[in-house]
Amino acid sequence: MEFDCQDFGDTRLITVEEPRIDAVVAIQFKDQMREATEGGPMRVVLDLSRVTFLDSSGLGAVVAAMKQIGEGRKLELAGLTMNVEKVFQLTRMDTIFTIHPDVADLGLGMRNAG
Amino acid sequence: MLDRRFELMGPNGDHHLAALWDGDNGLRLLIPGDPVSVREALSQANEALQKMDVSQEHAGAVEIVLAEALNNVVEHSYAGHASGLIELSMRRHRSKLTFMIRDEGHPMPGGGAPGGQPQALDVSVDNLPEGGFGWFLIRALTQDLRYRRDGDRNELRFEIPLAVLPQVQ
Repeated sequence: MEFDCQDFGDTRLITVEEPRIDAVVAIQFKDQMREATEGGPMRVVLDLSRVTFLDSSGLGAVVAAMKQIGEGRKLELAGLTMNVEKVFQLTRMDTIFTIHPDVADLGLGMRNAG
Repeated sequence: MLDRRFELMGPNGDHHLAALWDGDNGLRLLIPGDPVSVREALSQANEALQKMDVSQEHAGAVEIVLAEALNNVVEHSYAGHASGLIELSMRRHRSKLTFMIRDEGHPMPGGGAPGGQPQALDVSVDNLPEGGFGWFLIRALTQDLRYRRDGDRNELRFEIPLAVLPQVQ
């Protein structure tokens, strides 16, 4: 699956460029997150604004990604779409992650929004 | 046996989804039991819901429930099987959608559908659950869920109300 990774000071922004994190791609997602978070800045923000669907396998893979980034580092989420947010709320996983409504609010000094 | 009148194998031996029925107020699909076919079935169900004038919010709830229920069949009911078929029917009523999912795999352990307890989250990060959310989501978004073993077949029925969705606390 396609990820876009950019570093802004102490923050690595990973944008998932796929509409679904589901049973088909959950293992691949977890593996690619491991690669994308090896080394690099302490804070990792996962931009899910292009993901329109996430099932329980996808949720498990996001939790696994948080566990594997290592001690002292943090995985935050941004840009949850309606149905993805619903899964986080119902399972109460929204209480575990720091969730930002929009990547633009993070003040990362992005060069452009495209 | 599930209805096998429909040709499910393509020219290259790949599986295909068969729409047994696609009407104004319902849909009936025969799905090969694998994750990619489940994805395709969800997309067809979503299209059908739009035609049936079901709101995006309710269609979203349906997609979550069907993804969990169908993937459960692939992962558990058909665990260890080379292949298997899943039958999905969905019907729109005035204030609710009714669903039936049938397969010919292993029966549910204990003879009943899991209760879907919420996962404990007051644990350290290392101990956070990475699974076990599926039945919780199904139970949270459906009502009148019934499971029965009928000969060598599993049958799961449930409803999704089209009124106000349950509020998250």
